Amino acid sequence: MSRRAGTSKNADRVLSLHGLVVFAFLYVPIGLLVFFSFSDSASLNVWGGWSLRWYRRMFDNGPLLTSIRNSVVVALVSTVVSTVLGTAAAIALERYRRWLGKRTFDALLYLPVIIPDVTMGVMLLMWFTTIGWRLSLTTIILSHIAFNISFVAIVVRARLAGLDPALEEAAMDLYADRWRAFRRVTLPLIAPGIAGGALLALTLSLDDVVITSLVQGPGSTTLPVFVFGLIKRQVTPEINAVSTVMLVASIVLVFGSLAFQRRKSDSVQ
Amino acid sequence: MTRLTESHPEGLERGHERAEARRGFLHALPAYLYLVVFFALPLVIVFVFSFASRSRTGKPVLADWNLESYQRLFEPVVAQIILRSLWLAVLNTVLCLLIGYPFAYWLATRRSAARRAVLLVLVLIPFWSNFLVRTYAWRVLLGEHGFVTEVGRALGLWDKLLFTQPAVFLGLLYGYLPFMVLPLYAALERMDWSLVEAARDLYASGLTAFRRVTLPLSKPGIIAGSILVFVPSLGAYVTPDILGGAKTTLIGNYVVRQFGAARNWPFGAALSFVILVAMLVATIVYFRTEARTL
Repeated sequence: MSRRAGTSKNADRVLSLHGLVVFAFLYVPIGLLVFFSFSDSASLNVWGGWSLRWYRRMFDNGPLLTSIRNSVVVALVSTVVSTVLGTAAAIALERYRRWLGKRTFDALLYLPVIIPDVTMGVMLLMWFTTIGWRLSLTTIILSHIAFNISFVAIVVRARLAGLDPALEEAAMDLYADRWRAFRRVTLPLIAPGIAGGALLALTLSLDDVVITSLVQGPGSTTLPVFVFGLIKRQVTPEINAVSTVMLVASIVLVFGSLAFQRRKSDSVQ
Repeated sequence: MTRLTESHPEGLERGHERAEARRGFLHALPAYLYLVVFFALPLVIVFVFSFASRSRTGKPVLADWNLESYQRLFEPVVAQIILRSLWLAVLNTVLCLLIGYPFAYWLATRRSAARRAVLLVLVLIPFWSNFLVRTYAWRVLLGEHGFVTEVGRALGLWDKLLFTQPAVFLGLLYGYLPFMVLPLYAALERMDWSLVEAARDLYASGLTAFRRVTLPLSKPGIIAGSILVFVPSLGAYVTPDILGGAKTTLIGNYVVRQFGAARNWPFGAALSFVILVAMLVATIVYFRTEARTL
């Protein structure tokens, strides 16, 4: 059909070959990493037969389990708070035409998205130190909320922009009060956007190394920061096992977000 | 609402507008306050600290304001780190584009929608996967007895690459390639392909049709992808820390070092500001180009 209009058969063959090479480039490294997490050998390059010993060892590693618990707490709290604040912000920007400081807020909301992690981490570290806030799990959570609000707001806003405001107005014409119109009409329609934003926030929080390592206090390490420390000390197949668990978590999140996106396109049509 | 305004014109209309404005403001207020306290004020603090001095023990002292931290940026060692970071970020952006564009084009031109969907998922998985884990994978491949090292030795082309600049570069390329591919794919997928067909009907060659139609139409994707690769490459910390060595320090590591071993907060603040300015310049260029294409 028209999709290949610009491409000759030979060019398409070259493109296909290139595509396969890129996929190999993307997948072979993580494939090998997962493969060797099941090896009985202590070497990361020599296969020693199938074994789950590195996974067992992982579950016996106390500090590692603590860091997993910390990560889950940080991710859940920061996701819930940033989803609520980000959604309200998206509604304010998309549904209310003019209010005090709207343009400034719009700009302020986009900055955390484009600022590099290192700069954001340094800013927050200096801030917490200046106001005399002791670094702990709390400062990690506060920092994660700071970068997650913007991502949630952007995702929800995109969803709101595609909605007809007449739907909510119609509900109010039928004597629904503002809250009921929102809860019964708008909220169900933007729910996939909110869920998508929340999943993004969860992923970003679970992945962050740089900001967390700058604002963490003693004993408040998260999983990626803990693993980062392990990698810098010595590489062992145990890190492969932890990595595999983290990859599986990411893949679950990908399919979760895809499921929400599918619902999104269904309800728009 | 409409009924009310019809019976009571003007006055009620204005009152209604004011109430709406108040409601909008109140919706934004929690996020607004949060971002002021945990983003805007910290940004100001970094700027203030970059002019501060430090005590003998390395503690920042908010007195004796000076430009010393900014002068240090021009010392050969520091300037070299900044230039190396800029160079690697530009190189990575260009290579991601050169590899990512034909790849995204290939994905977007598959005929069956189901096949495109499956291929897209295969791109999304590395995109969403933990960055640290993906970088760690290369630590093993590039290390002693690693797969890439062995292949290089067998071919007589390269030796152990770990802790060298090429290793950092490979890590950045691997890490950020999906960030380039996704916006490119989105732009090409959205594109009206009948325009290309029309160009062909008017006797444009395949290459001309690509150059005059496809490429300009996919420009927003090229710009978005370039920003998404350039900004984090410039501030990279994890990749050079895991795959690089002493001679491959990038500005991201150098900044963090000022808050650890080096204990020089004012200098660290000045360096962060350099990254910030580079990022702002890149985004302003982005928005201006974007405005011109629309």
